[in-house]
Amino acid sequence: MALTFRPDESADNTDVVDGAMSDRAMAADVDETGAEAVDELGLVERELEAKQSDDEVASELAGLDALDQLELAKGALALRVWKSLWPKLAAIALVLLAWQAVIWSHWKPDYVLPGPRVVLPQLWHELGTGRTWTAIGSTMRRAVTGFAMAIVIGLLIGVAVAKSKVLRSAVGSLITGLQTMPSVVWYPLAVVLFKLSEGAIIFVVVIGAAPSIANGVINGIDHIPPLLTRAGRVLGARGLPAYRHVILPAALPSFLAGLKQAWAFAWRSLMAGELIGGIAAISIGARLNNERDLNDTPGLLSWMIIVLIIGIAVDSLVFGVAERTIRRRRGLGI
Amino acid sequence: MTATVSAAPRTTTADRVEDSAVDVAVELRGLSKVYRSGRNQIQALDRIDLVFTRHSFTCVVGASGCGKSTMLSIIAGLDQPTTGELAVNGNVGLMFQESALFPWLTAEQNIELPMKLRRVLKAERTVRVQQLLQLVRLEGFGSKRPHELSGGMRQRVALARALAQDADVLLMDEPFGALDAMTRDVLHHELERIWQQTGATIIFVTHNVREAVRLGDRIVLLSSRPGRVVDSFDVHFARPRRIESPEVGSLSIAVTSRLGQEVARHGADVPT
Repeated sequence: MALTFRPDESADNTDVVDGAMSDRAMAADVDETGAEAVDELGLVERELEAKQSDDEVASELAGLDALDQLELAKGALALRVWKSLWPKLAAIALVLLAWQAVIWSHWKPDYVLPGPRVVLPQLWHELGTGRTWTAIGSTMRRAVTGFAMAIVIGLLIGVAVAKSKVLRSAVGSLITGLQTMPSVVWYPLAVVLFKLSEGAIIFVVVIGAAPSIANGVINGIDHIPPLLTRAGRVLGARGLPAYRHVILPAALPSFLAGLKQAWAFAWRSLMAGELIGGIAAISIGARLNNERDLNDTPGLLSWMIIVLIIGIAVDSLVFGVAERTIRRRRGLGI
Repeated sequence: MTATVSAAPRTTTADRVEDSAVDVAVELRGLSKVYRSGRNQIQALDRIDLVFTRHSFTCVVGASGCGKSTMLSIIAGLDQPTTGELAVNGNVGLMFQESALFPWLTAEQNIELPMKLRRVLKAERTVRVQQLLQLVRLEGFGSKRPHELSGGMRQRVALARALAQDADVLLMDEPFGALDAMTRDVLHHELERIWQQTGATIIFVTHNVREAVRLGDRIVLLSSRPGRVVDSFDVHFARPRRIESPEVGSLSIAVTSRLGQEVARHGADVPT
């Protein structure tokens, strides 16, 4: 180090520089020039004040940080729950009212289209029996098995397609095509392949759900901000660890949207499969067929309500909560 | 050294550098980068010869299109030079204008990640994360997620994360460009302190000349399209400096007018 200024000298070089001058000359000239002029301007004192200690800077920094940390107090839990609940309750009440209005209009005789005052007690009664829960249980088991398989297959296909240009042009549009195809269309083939068995129904669920999951993964990987991938590479994330620590977490919101959509497809496919299934085992679809055969419309409507409730519950309690948690954590608003 | 170059791959091994000069952290020899798209080609960097000595603080200044960011990408290994040679001695960390923190991780987990990727043991990681949080004065904010932090705090976490790579060479691409003036002034002081404490070699890219004079030991001026080194200024003012101080101001004038000449050259080329 050629030059170490003492504080009272460091302001000395104000008039040394002209436009064309480079520092090499400047460094040499600094000591001799300008001292008096600077003194007159009072710059020396200012320079002395200007030396901030580390502690001063630290407390200034702490102040700046604190100013940025304004937190809004959250309301009471009960109030928040009520706020999100009442619109839903109001909507249900409206639907029931509309249904009752149709009954009041005597459009169809009561034994063909019963009203909520008949169906709701029937539904309550059904929910009290063990047979109902066995049926729901076996259907949900199929749903979970099929959906889990769809996740694994969709994830693998999605990552492969997102990363390979050849695969993308080969099967990229095929995936979307599969997504638009009603998966029940596969059922006859599934029966040929797997006979009348669990396998046939699960096959339909998988083929209904997997394309949406794959598309969610592809979308998610395509939309990762390049800055994050670059940051990952600089930090040493390459190969498999890059997927684990950077690419898949970054694609997670879109993957979740894919899962949500896939659930809707899976649930529809499962119901269709069970309805036309002809499999003797007790299930929601089998019960629906059964009620129709018995001309028990209140029972039929109760089972339809059960199907609706399960669909909504899984969507909002599983995927809705997961989505909100992720969005909140990443500061993506609500 | 002549400008004749072989398109050699990047030599990350230290041997080469240590043969020639002991204290060299990064060396660029006749390094060029040409981007081609169809028939067009853009010469981003043109035969850059630069040596960054160990523990030095170099600011690279230039107008837009001077290939500053390209140069950092190449040094960081994110991009390959078209011709020329690069020698890097040690680990390289890179900081961007935006923090590029991972939004799904907390501040602590962000800092921990590069160590995880290098398979540092859990106990050691925990200790190191706390040390780094302390270094950037963010103790108590470790469990916050990036969106809960201000821009300045995010950049400090990003700095800690870059240091967690045991970066000997710290590349900074306009890291304070998006911050308000007051935060920026404080962070200049902080960066200077951390640089002195860690002994890292810093290559700091900015278009803000005053910032460059405030921070650098040396200022390298790049021209635009193609990016060439046109001038270099050594800065000997005592530290810590203040961005408002007269000596910083007057050297800034010199650098700015040199930069102005360089930019004006392009105006003359524009067909009327």
